[in-house]
Amino acid sequence: MIRYIAKRVLMMIPVLLAVSFVVYFLMDLAPGDLVDSMNTMDMTPEQIEELRKQYGLDGNVFERYIRYIGNLIKGDLGFSHTMNMPVFDAFMQRFPATLKLALASIAVALLIAIPLGIAAATHHRSLIDGVSMVGGLLGLSMPNFWVGLLLILLFSSKLGWLPSTGSDTWLHLIMPAITVGTSQAGTLTRITRSSMLDVIRADYLRTARAKGVPEKQVIRKHALKNALIPIITVFGSTLGNALGGAVTTETIFAWPGVGRLTVNAVNSRDMALATGCIILFTVFLNISILLVDIAYAFVDPRIKAQYSK
Amino acid sequence: MHEKDLVLDLQNLRIRFETDDGTVYAVNGIDLQLERGKAIGLVGETGAGKTTTALSMLRLVPTPPGIVECDKLALNGQDVLTMTDKELEKIRGKDISMIFQDPMTALNPVFTVGDQIAESIHLHENCNMIEAQRRAIDMLELVGIPGERAGEYPHQFSGGMKQRVVIAIALACHPQLLIADEPTTALDVTIQAQVLDLMKNLRTKYQTSLIMITHDLGIVADTCDEVAVMYAGSIVEKGTLEDVFLRTKHPYTEGLFNSLPNINDRKAMLTPIQGLMPDPTNLPEGCPFHPRCPYAGEDCRKPQTTRKFSDTHFVRCGAYDRPGFHIARKEEY
Repeated sequence: MIRYIAKRVLMMIPVLLAVSFVVYFLMDLAPGDLVDSMNTMDMTPEQIEELRKQYGLDGNVFERYIRYIGNLIKGDLGFSHTMNMPVFDAFMQRFPATLKLALASIAVALLIAIPLGIAAATHHRSLIDGVSMVGGLLGLSMPNFWVGLLLILLFSSKLGWLPSTGSDTWLHLIMPAITVGTSQAGTLTRITRSSMLDVIRADYLRTARAKGVPEKQVIRKHALKNALIPIITVFGSTLGNALGGAVTTETIFAWPGVGRLTVNAVNSRDMALATGCIILFTVFLNISILLVDIAYAFVDPRIKAQYSK
Repeated sequence: MHEKDLVLDLQNLRIRFETDDGTVYAVNGIDLQLERGKAIGLVGETGAGKTTTALSMLRLVPTPPGIVECDKLALNGQDVLTMTDKELEKIRGKDISMIFQDPMTALNPVFTVGDQIAESIHLHENCNMIEAQRRAIDMLELVGIPGERAGEYPHQFSGGMKQRVVIAIALACHPQLLIADEPTTALDVTIQAQVLDLMKNLRTKYQTSLIMITHDLGIVADTCDEVAVMYAGSIVEKGTLEDVFLRTKHPYTEGLFNSLPNINDRKAMLTPIQGLMPDPTNLPEGCPFHPRCPYAGEDCRKPQTTRKFSDTHFVRCGAYDRPGFHIARKEEY
């Protein structure tokens, strides 16, 4: 098991290199750089070139990429000139807010999706099945910016119950969490339902019933644990994505997360910050996928047996 | 006549399934009685309704699409038909339990075998999980699996061992009625004998009554006191082992025997029954066997009644209304 985890962590290195390469060159293709976005009206071309050198923007893209990777290996993600602090510090300053929103929204999603998905599967082709499927589709298809605006209209403007922007108290968290959570719940409900439907006619559930296991336990214990693998998979990628920040939701609710930080960095041509944010996001996504794979082993002993090979 | 001590009393059981392709008539009026400590074999081809009949005794036929109707279903004199879900959960696994056909899929892959046996004990025997686990280990050893393997998962066991685990689960609370649904069909011939011996020993040990569902007449001869032959959802012949094996009356039963190899005449050709089981959505009128029956006549298209040949021997065949009718198979006494 430990060997398996070590192997997976090592496998992250080529992934990170590839991601950094793609991101770095894509960013370079975008016209303009940090110096272009500054006020350089009364500078001479020599002064501007000097400024580029100072910010590490001189030389061609390959030279700069090699320099960047060299620093990255040393653990240095570079310096953000728009934030006026190291990239890592800028990211970490914003990360707690993103983490808070990610966990809260996933909690909302799970609370909706798991009971609804199970009810839909156990009452296959009934009213509740239809309602949950339409609800799941709605959650998936309603864009976050729209749901967010509707929530603000209702709870902030009309009723005045919740603050519309900021992140000071847990009250501020409610609407962003619902906005992100409902869209995640859409996918999770559908996957819970289909994976429960797969196991619900299994022979071993009949064995459990024949033992006299109460129906509730047959579903919650015997069926759910078998249906968990696809649910965990979707859960993991949802969590990983949420850690990258929910850009539109963060923008609407003025939530100080890493999603907005990344978009601002791209807009102001702060290459170091943008690239750094995306690389850190890749790291988090990889870690959550690794956690999912480890979780498999605890759910299914057959997978655990494979890991120790 | 003294009242018999009946473990099972089933009268006029009818089961149908409403599907998109029409109504499937799976079981069409079955009577089955079983005395305490006795074993009855339920014999018939695949699709005859044996498993559905068994599941209905545990009230485990999925409804919908199934519709189960019955004049009487009593276990140990308790009326099972009127029981609530809670009452049913109490008797399942405790008074009546079932060994399922396919051990590969009958065990839950994500729980240890020890847990799966202990769950039944914990539910019914009023003991805590630690005590239940300890007794689960005893059960495992009883079926010939080392107790220390209780912490292992089903995928770590061979097919024969899985079937032993299924048997251990079924017998964990010493049920009064055990239904064994083709317990050896999925196993190698070498393992079959072991599993049958094991069941026989445990049955004598705990005085369990048995319903043995099989299509193997050899297993019936080996383990049962009585036999009921099923065809297309009806019992066509029922009697003691001697009645059915030696004084065979029904043409279908005769057909089953003719399909068996004869150990005394190894060059003899097997005579299989011609044709296939009728489509259960569209059963023939009268005797369901008449389209395949070599003795069939016009009178077989009429509704059939059950004929009594002795106190124990019942046959559902209208051909016996014809004077002097008998089947080709010789009677032995």
